[in-house]
Amino acid sequence: MTTLLIAEHDNTLIKDATNKTLTAAAALGADVHVLVAGENAKGAADAAAKLAGVKKVLLADNAAYAHDLAEPLAALIVSLAPNYDAFVAPATSRFKNVMPRVAALLDVMQVSEIIKVVSPDTFERPIYAGNAIQTVKSKDAKKVITVRTSTFAAAGEGGSAPVEDAAAAADPGLSSFLGEEVAKSDRPELTSAKIIVSGGRAMQSRENFAKYIEPLADKLGAGVGASRAAVDAGYAPNDWQVGQTGKVVAPELYVAIGISGAIQHLAGMKDSKVIVAINKDEDAPIFQVADYGLVADLYQAVPELTDALGKLGK
Amino acid sequence: MKVLVPVKRVVDFNVKVRVKSDGTGVELANVKMSMNPFDEIAVEEALRLKEAGKATEVVVVSIGPAQASETIRTGLAMGADRGILVKAEGNVEPLAVAKILKAVADAEKPGLIILGKQAIDDDSNQTGQMLAALLGWSQATFASKLEVEGADFKVTREVDGGLQTLKLKGPAIVTTDLRLNEPRYASLPNIMKAKKKPIDDKSAADYGVDLTPHLEVLKTSEPPGRKGGVKVKDVAELVSKLKTEAGVL
Repeated sequence: MTTLLIAEHDNTLIKDATNKTLTAAAALGADVHVLVAGENAKGAADAAAKLAGVKKVLLADNAAYAHDLAEPLAALIVSLAPNYDAFVAPATSRFKNVMPRVAALLDVMQVSEIIKVVSPDTFERPIYAGNAIQTVKSKDAKKVITVRTSTFAAAGEGGSAPVEDAAAAADPGLSSFLGEEVAKSDRPELTSAKIIVSGGRAMQSRENFAKYIEPLADKLGAGVGASRAAVDAGYAPNDWQVGQTGKVVAPELYVAIGISGAIQHLAGMKDSKVIVAINKDEDAPIFQVADYGLVADLYQAVPELTDALGKLGK
Repeated sequence: MKVLVPVKRVVDFNVKVRVKSDGTGVELANVKMSMNPFDEIAVEEALRLKEAGKATEVVVVSIGPAQASETIRTGLAMGADRGILVKAEGNVEPLAVAKILKAVADAEKPGLIILGKQAIDDDSNQTGQMLAALLGWSQATFASKLEVEGADFKVTREVDGGLQTLKLKGPAIVTTDLRLNEPRYASLPNIMKAKKKPIDDKSAADYGVDLTPHLEVLKTSEPPGRKGGVKVKDVAELVSKLKTEAGVL
């Protein structure tokens, strides 16, 4: 019994999502090997070798794996399949893309976005955007699993596993990389941010997002989110949307400003550890999930909060 | 080029689902059902390709109970040309759906299949990728822009932290993200017209696909409850609580 964890990395370093997925992978009870697929990814492989509990690192260093193309990466994982009983990867956009392709090629049903390992074949996963939790038992001999990383603690360092080269699999050559546009923000990505400040329809304009929400977010080193109402009204770009049809987040601290708390928004943020709501309507549903609610006019309270944090040395 | 668009009948996104007290699932009786929102975006994109002269026919297919024909009618009312209903009762897993869709694609020979990136009921986010694997086709998930280049495609995808643009060899699979388009509402005349459009009646058995689930659902439960906390009187109290009580600053 051996588990293969497919690492999220930037070729130089391992991303935090990998450390968290390792905790889930280790809970399956078998030895864990880590696959680092990329181009010039020796740095990431060496970093993976230091993770506590990892028995072996496989490095597939090839131009075919430079841009996360699903077809060659799936072919690589399937080529390694005879040696493994479980394939575990974080539910990042890279692996949401590739793992179902792997599962279908192996004729198994993937278990998506697990939040708990109950036993080596039984898992908990959210459905209906987290409004219900399903416990499922996989009857497949080989398991393909993606992990919702926000619910697992990050594994630390302390290992010294050997790094071996893995042969590249034949590239089906079905797609090619044309370019990318990485968001030029210094702010953390919403799905991995420890703190998120979100604005709702009450922000009234894009300018107000820039004037009130963004300075508070920057003071906290936070990611910026928005409700669907704010996005639909054009106050915030689509990729800021938190909710059932946007991004599902679970930061340490979520600050909801001028957000009423529609079901579809709550579905995307209610697993946050601490929720703060600022809204002038004291009956807003957001207060039913907020740990700390402040009934106030956001145009006064938010600058005040930003200032107060400044005085704390934030 | 023919475009195939699979659509799923799901609980309407505005409905707050309730877990059954016996833990056997969520309450579906007397609940409003609609087309999965990401699938509406898929239908819209296919219609725009047809209106731009890039596609010749848009076929919507749904796998599910007899009522899934309503979901197909929604697609037809938006402007799709015809429908295929593959009747299947109970929980049909993404892998089985992908196998049925492969058989449909083998018969229909579309140049492009557009699917929603995930269904908002089981949130699996698998069917498109699985279908691409079974057909041996190229795939671009989470698309925010789609261009036809002859028999090939140029697709911009939403990935963590930005956008990625790929060239896909056709035939191809594309799954939709929210930014791809804003779906139209069906007009009353088009809703009337849709009633006359053909829907093929099929069953999973017609395609020889085994629907036995690979995953056994042991139980469905409420998520851990979240209680409302306290109201603070001002910003100073908020900051003090966050610092000392919550420890998040």
